[in-house]
Amino acid sequence: MTTNRPKVEDLHLVNLTKSFDDFKAVDNLTLTIPAGSFFALLGPSGCGKTTTLRMVAGLEEPTSGQIKLGSEDITSFPPYKRWVNTVFQSYALFPHLSIYENVAFGLRRQKSADIDKQVKAMLELVELTTLAQRKPQQLSGGQQQRVAVARALINEPDVLLLDEPLGALDLKLRRQMQLELKRIQIEVGITFVHVTHDQEEAMTMADTVAVMNEGRIEQMGAPLTIYEKPRTAFVANFLGQSNLFEGTVAGVEGDELAVKVKDTVIYVPLNSTEIRSGRIVLGVRPEKVKIVDQGKTGLPKNQIQGSIHNTAFVGVSTQYEVLSSWGQEISAFEQNVDPSDLGRPGQLVTLAWEPRHSFVLDPDEDLTAGLDTTWDE
Amino acid sequence: MSIVQESIPVKIKVKKNKTAYYLILPGIGWLVLFFLVPFFTLLATSLQKPAGTTPDDGYLPALRFSNYSSALSEYYPQFFRSFVFSGIATVVCLLLAYPIAYYMATKATKYRNLMLVLIVAPFFASYLLRTNAWKTILSGDSFVVSILNSLNLLPDGRILNTPIAVIAGLVYTFLPFMILPLYASLEKIDIRLIEAAGDLYASPRQSFLNVVWPLSLPGVVSGTLLTFIPASGDYINAELLGSINDKMIGNVIQSQFIDLRNYPTASALSFTFMALILVLVYLYISRAGTDELV
Ligand SMILES: Nc1ncnc2c1ncn2[C@@H]1O[C@H](COP(=O)(O)OP(=O)(O)OP(=O)(O)O)[C@@H](O)[C@H]1O
Ligand SMILES: [Mg+2]
Repeated sequence: MTTNRPKVEDLHLVNLTKSFDDFKAVDNLTLTIPAGSFFALLGPSGCGKTTTLRMVAGLEEPTSGQIKLGSEDITSFPPYKRWVNTVFQSYALFPHLSIYENVAFGLRRQKSADIDKQVKAMLELVELTTLAQRKPQQLSGGQQQRVAVARALINEPDVLLLDEPLGALDLKLRRQMQLELKRIQIEVGITFVHVTHDQEEAMTMADTVAVMNEGRIEQMGAPLTIYEKPRTAFVANFLGQSNLFEGTVAGVEGDELAVKVKDTVIYVPLNSTEIRSGRIVLGVRPEKVKIVDQGKTGLPKNQIQGSIHNTAFVGVSTQYEVLSSWGQEISAFEQNVDPSDLGRPGQLVTLAWEPRHSFVLDPDEDLTAGLDTTWDE
Repeated sequence: MSIVQESIPVKIKVKKNKTAYYLILPGIGWLVLFFLVPFFTLLATSLQKPAGTTPDDGYLPALRFSNYSSALSEYYPQFFRSFVFSGIATVVCLLLAYPIAYYMATKATKYRNLMLVLIVAPFFASYLLRTNAWKTILSGDSFVVSILNSLNLLPDGRILNTPIAVIAGLVYTFLPFMILPLYASLEKIDIRLIEAAGDLYASPRQSFLNVVWPLSLPGVVSGTLLTFIPASGDYINAELLGSINDKMIGNVIQSQFIDLRNYPTASALSFTFMALILVLVYLYISRAGTDELV
């Protein structure tokens, strides 16, 4: 590697926009990815993830906006002059070169010293030493994927871009590769920008997850925060399942906000929102909701009465669909610790959860966003 | 405890499907009739001796190997010239065809089919007619020659009846045979490989040298063979566009066969030419390293 290079830098995207004709694939994106972090860009198909990565790599020219590494504006740099490397979704390994030469490709172009030593060390890291002389088409999907990672990583870029590199793998290999990528990232300390539409993958691997929708970032934060406290209906629905309620603020009671939802009052912690009056949208994750026979006592404070509509046994848990008194379908997941006799459709039940498990969405949310692909503007 | 499963040898009688063999029979018949039979007839003819003093007396079966040595010692300049002319034509074809094929394969999405049609369009006109047209184009009073002359680019002040005319004719005739295989192999190259090369610090020039060129080698090899082999056996271009000093081996064989009716010499020349081409092609392919060609 060239020695006179500055340390790994933060990646800044500033008001980045990419339009194809009059369609905005990436819409005024501004974000900073700290050096050395594992950043996941998560979103449904067609939301602009690949386009964003391609702009960072220099393979696509932004319509407007800037890309900066540290303080240096690299927006107009050609791909081969950026300290950024990509692991392509299709791997794009060179079919005429051996694994060894594929991995050495970037170093040879830069005329680095010690190429042989570096390539061997890199092949060691991804456990491909024995396959060095093979051609890419003689490798399995998982092995090719590791070559693609090694080929990019060996250049020690400031930023490594990974465009759904695990998309083509089966579930088991995928889990294995997720752990391996995470291990490699920690070992080399390079910024990883990992694109995926698998929310579980994003949450297990990343320090920071950005949820993208229609060319914009909906929410960004640590996986736990973003899951526990989604701010938009899209994030709440796209990351796992959510029960969302629309209501009006009834008043402040201690450190909780009382919200009237139809004939019920639901409480949320005061510090989870700025809203003190008027319309409010709140939600709760199904696994936080307890389901019990009506009339039980000692339950959490938030309670909704209803009747079982549907149950589905999925091994580790049972999923209930409960109809509230005002006809809304609410889901609750229960661990199968002791098999219960709950489950007759029509059986009357109480749903209950702690106020601190409620989250509040930004106002004016369309409650169905992220439930399925939106095809209208 | 384990149950040891005995492996029972099962004999399944596979009924051999002979359809494939029947299907290649017509092809084999064709080759036997129109390749092997003439091949051996030609071989026999090349060793015959004259029955009398003129061609009218006919020829007798013999093993006259001197036919070969005398043909070769008399006509080696034409052999040599054939390979030089067609070698130059092949290189020029490659230089002209590569950018065209590259453009068609990567950029010209809209006009690709139109360009393909235009490239094969000349085949709709007769070969002889086309070469005769070149005679007009290159003749002394044509605008091409006047322009080149006014720029003082022609040492002899003419093109027709020079080696340049013959080579230009060969290039024109065989250019499509170079473009089409090149296009076919360039078109197969995944654009993402070129993007990947750029991503891995290869400048456009390095991307070409390290990715595009090696991946297009199958097209380069087949294109050069498809150009070189027929071009070195060609005689129409040398006949119509060249002078008496630009004759190629095809012209010699043609005049020995048709004009002089010296069948043994003509056959010996044909055989020698065939053998030389085979040797050259073999050397070329083993140099190009076919197993490197994906
Ligand atoms: N070259 C192009 N010309 C026109 N539209 C394009 C082009 N490339 C992408 N788009 C459009 O831009 C939008 C974003 O595409 P992009 O490839 O970034 O999606 P993505 O988030 O990577 O999706 P996926 O998860 O399916 O890979 C899509 O609607 C796509 O149709
Ligand atoms: Mg994509």
